[in-house]
Amino acid sequence: MTNVSLSNLKKSYGKTQVLHGINLDIQSGEFVVLVGPSGCGKSTTLRMIAGLEEVSAGDIRIGGDVVNDMEPKERNIAMVFQNYAIYPHMSVRKNIGFGLRTSKLSKDEKNARIDEVAGILELNDLLERKPNQLSGGQRQRVAIGRAMVRDPAAFLFDEPLSNLDAQLRTQMRLEIKKLHQRVGNTIIFVTHDQVEAMTMADRIVIMKDGHIQQVGTPFEVFYEPANIFVAQFIGAPSMNMLSGTVKGEAVALDNGTSIQVPTTKLSEDQKVAVGLRPDALLVGEGEGLFTGEVSVIEPLGTDTLAYVKVGDKEVIAKASGRTPPAVGDVVNLHAAPEAIHLFDADTGEAIR
Amino acid sequence: MAFSETLDTGRNASALRSATRRKRSQAQLIRWLLLFAGGIAMVMPIIYMLSTSFKYPFEVYNLNLIPEEPTLENYTYVLEDGRFFSWFTNSVVIATITTICNVLFDSLVGYVLCKYTFPGRYIVFIAILSTLMIPTEMLVIPWYLMSSTFGWLDTYWGIMFPGLMTAFGVFLMKQFFETVPDDFLEAARIDGLNELQIWWTVAMPLVRPALAALAIFVFLGNWTAFIWPLIVTNSQEMYTLPVGLTTFSVEAQVEWELIMTGAAISTIPTLIVFLVFQRYIIRGVVMAGLKG
Ligand SMILES: Nc1ncnc2c1ncn2[C@@H]1O[C@H](COP(=O)(O)OP(=O)(O)O)[C@@H](O)[C@H]1O
Ligand SMILES: [Mg+2]
Repeated sequence: MTNVSLSNLKKSYGKTQVLHGINLDIQSGEFVVLVGPSGCGKSTTLRMIAGLEEVSAGDIRIGGDVVNDMEPKERNIAMVFQNYAIYPHMSVRKNIGFGLRTSKLSKDEKNARIDEVAGILELNDLLERKPNQLSGGQRQRVAIGRAMVRDPAAFLFDEPLSNLDAQLRTQMRLEIKKLHQRVGNTIIFVTHDQVEAMTMADRIVIMKDGHIQQVGTPFEVFYEPANIFVAQFIGAPSMNMLSGTVKGEAVALDNGTSIQVPTTKLSEDQKVAVGLRPDALLVGEGEGLFTGEVSVIEPLGTDTLAYVKVGDKEVIAKASGRTPPAVGDVVNLHAAPEAIHLFDADTGEAIR
Repeated sequence: MAFSETLDTGRNASALRSATRRKRSQAQLIRWLLLFAGGIAMVMPIIYMLSTSFKYPFEVYNLNLIPEEPTLENYTYVLEDGRFFSWFTNSVVIATITTICNVLFDSLVGYVLCKYTFPGRYIVFIAILSTLMIPTEMLVIPWYLMSSTFGWLDTYWGIMFPGLMTAFGVFLMKQFFETVPDDFLEAARIDGLNELQIWWTVAMPLVRPALAALAIFVFLGNWTAFIWPLIVTNSQEMYTLPVGLTTFSVEAQVEWELIMTGAAISTIPTLIVFLVFQRYIIRGVVMAGLKG
């Protein structure tokens, strides 16, 4: 087990710079998820760690050693690709054993190792099959098995679940998490899906346009987003964002309403954005933050999402699943003071 | 009124439908006849070759398909002629070595041109492709001068060297390697294989159908090659089969029945090669169909 650290890591393709100085310390045994919209540089970062892309500037350290100029094989990492990259012309056993081709183990030791890994991944009965006789989830497990068999210092996963259907994805998510708890290797996992990131990570790294936006536990990035981008990227449905201006003890919102906020860190006339998560903005009785008319409802079972027109802006709020409001109802929306997020409208940074 | 109208249109529609069906089956018939004619045109020479190989000389110019007095004498004559055996061996050796070399070298070059980026890659590719535009007949003279300078005349090497790599093969393999995902190669790289091992254990098995097609193509091309082997060889024992067979005609006028017998025997290896490699081609197509 090994820690991985990136310091001021940069990457350019010709004149276009795609990574602008990534700093990240990953502890030994940690499950870190890189998440961000497509094209933000997640794969590039991962491929540089793997040694598949050259480093333009900065350092990559694995277990303390700078590995910038090492071949992939010298870095002792394993990678699982989005398309699995298992070989159609080889049996499952051969595919899993592929990672051991260059190892010095005896044939028996190799087979024992393959069987052990196959056991963990419940592939024992499929070892003699060819990949085209496997389901998507099984192929994915073979790909993971192939990575596991070498017992690498770290696993790198590049969107390994995006080719699976929704149900299987949920299941594999859980399996990978269990696997991590069991084997304990460092894992760096790339995805564009914030749910995957939230459910699996010890720590989440949120990226945008080649910059890290925030690094934190799922709890931190959800409850204490560093900026508007993180606030809206994490959590579904996305955080309601209302722009306004600080006036005295309150923020005068552009939709015509006003909201009381703790103003110690604010200056008069400062432009701000007020963020409220839909599940912290509750439809309820009595005077609340806002009043508005329900335009659409989306029953989800336990809860119902209500789209409420507040002034000229529509916000999403949570209502009871059993007794939802009807379209056209005028409802009051409540939020606890600690659920109100404030951001500087110019920089996008959180104000805490 | 309205009712009869609908009936009418119904009848019209079905008439129309059967008309189109008739038209379609006519088109089918024409297509079938054309294919049949094409098939006959291709098979007839082969049938005549076989039939002539069972005829006595006096019957050769009778164009009947079934010999009146069928005989195996031609076969015994040709097979007992020691020269035929050495021509046959020469052809087998030359076609086999050339095929193996093409499969290896064409795919190596194609792989490098496809999967690596380096300065001048495009120019190299274009240069290789442009050699396709020069006909063999034009190359024969420089080849001959080269062979005579290096003392390659009348040797296996002299017969083989121009064909050990082909631009067409390089092009074919480059195109096929495009279908091998880079992930496959990178995964192997991370697992510690060197570039040559990746090419051999990962990339090559994935383009097996293309290799089989290339092998058939090269083998047939070399098996039937005539002009260059004729020019580069002097002694009869270095002849390849196609060159050797023509000596039957020069020596004792034209002994068609012997030429046809030799030709009939010489088709056997091509059939074997085709049957062996065809399996891979079909399996490759099936595999590609199942993917994804
Ligand atoms: N080989 C390349 N050449 C030029 N640009 C590239 C190359 N690979 C990736 N990029 C660019 O780098 C950016 C980051 O890509 P990538 O790391 O694949 O994003 P993602 O976060 O979706 O995985 C993208 O804008 C992409 O267009
Ligand atoms: Mg990516």
